[in-house]
Amino acid sequence: MTSKKRQDMTIGEALRANGVSRRGFLKFCAATASLMALPPGAATAIAAALEKAKRPSVIWLSFQECTGCTESLTRSHSPSIEGLIFDAISLDYHHTLQAAAGHGAEAAREEAMKEHHGKYILVVDGSIPMKDDGVYSTIAGMTNLAMLKEAAAGAAAIVAVGTCAAYGGLPAADPNPTGAVAVSEIIKDKPIINVSGCPPIPVVITGVLAQFLTFGLPELDDLGRPKAFYGQNIHDRCYRRPFYERGQFAETFDDEGAKKGWCLYKLGCKGPITYNACATTKWNEGTSFPIQSGHGCIGCSEPDFWDMGGFYKALSQGKLGSAEGLAAAAGIGAAIGIGSALLGSSGQKAAKAEIKAKLDKDMEATK
Amino acid sequence: MSTDARLIDIPVISEPAMTLPSMNVEPILHEVRHALRRLLETGETSMIDLRAMPLAPGEEEKIRTRLGTGEVVIQLDAMGPSTLTETAYSGVWWVEHRNPNDVVTGLYIEVAKVPSIVEPDRQDLIDAVARLNDDLENNDDE
Ligand code: SF4
Repeated sequence: MTSKKRQDMTIGEALRANGVSRRGFLKFCAATASLMALPPGAATAIAAALEKAKRPSVIWLSFQECTGCTESLTRSHSPSIEGLIFDAISLDYHHTLQAAAGHGAEAAREEAMKEHHGKYILVVDGSIPMKDDGVYSTIAGMTNLAMLKEAAAGAAAIVAVGTCAAYGGLPAADPNPTGAVAVSEIIKDKPIINVSGCPPIPVVITGVLAQFLTFGLPELDDLGRPKAFYGQNIHDRCYRRPFYERGQFAETFDDEGAKKGWCLYKLGCKGPITYNACATTKWNEGTSFPIQSGHGCIGCSEPDFWDMGGFYKALSQGKLGSAEGLAAAAGIGAAIGIGSALLGSSGQKAAKAEIKAKLDKDMEATK
Repeated sequence: MSTDARLIDIPVISEPAMTLPSMNVEPILHEVRHALRRLLETGETSMIDLRAMPLAPGEEEKIRTRLGTGEVVIQLDAMGPSTLTETAYSGVWWVEHRNPNDVVTGLYIEVAKVPSIVEPDRQDLIDAVARLNDDLENNDDE
């Protein structure tokens, strides 16, 4: 092991010091490339870049949240792949995970902010209450609003983890009693990467950090999410899609169709308007994802998912009653086809635009 | 309800019975065939990331069965075990990476003479020379 101070190490050196071999690291990079929808061969390039990257200082602020995002991350494939990147960064403040409490903890935050001014990554989970001067959520007597502004001033970039930080999430659900807002509604002068999901897929959280360290600021979609991780439409990648195309839908959770694994569209599946990696990356160490377990997608990585008219209400219910509506819905499927898994990102983009336009039209017609 | 009812007794099947023909098996095998031709003609290697495909339950096993098993199995022990199995088709490898908890973190079909991860990195060779030099200089008990 080198005699370098831990904070001066590159990520490669830090990993090596933790006993991670180059082949082990390559395995991690291959999994990351796969998540970014990059060809597997890109793993070598990611490895080379990460190897040389400096360990970034990370300050993690938790505001109006349920700690689900932190749970998602720390209960993941621990202690390996995702833990790896977390060992490799320098997590200088995270009030749930750090040992220090009270004044000691806040002092650590202030010190990290001073020492790495202009260079640290600020991770935020939870939304920020604005009503009544933000009194609904405070840490060490400081409102979330004041703490966010102070920490954002010295950050190189902000990663808004979870739908609450990205879009307001549950705290902002109607009638939004605390006046909760997303990070992006307060901070306007720093790059913000939204990593949405309630919670986000753990490997996506660390994958975004790895992508930032490797390639710098990622290309974002119109909702501020990294395209590499959120370019997939659930419906596009859903293995139940053939049933959708044939118009075979489960009507209740215990009917013949449900037992046969038919499409859950009529049971309120929000897959067609949801962008996330669940259908391929899956959950619980790759075991399954909601649709595979028999429940429609609730669209948790999209803004206002809680207020989208009900989890069990079909997307364009008005039209679905008619044969015409079903045929139109099936038409989207036929036009795009499940083979889009083999498409490049431009194909994905076109497919995404096509679905959105079609659904917007359907939704419009139901009004 | 009797007190000894178990969760497993509830007749719910979460994995659907596949009543449709597999959507992905044939296209992937075709892709493997193209890759194998490329390897033969130009030496270019390929990798198919099975985790990036929307495979239906059961499709992975189908592809695995269709490819069969060849003569060589390579085991790695690097951040968890990895098994690289030659399929019945020379040059086509079934590559499975696991983490230390034995959970699959990557699943690929690699089309190459030898899977790329097997070859040592140049830096590792440099380190190896240095370490062996060190050992020979400091251990002169022969
Ligand atoms: S509507 Fe839902 S269940 Fe049906 S194919 Fe689309 S994502 Fe899958």
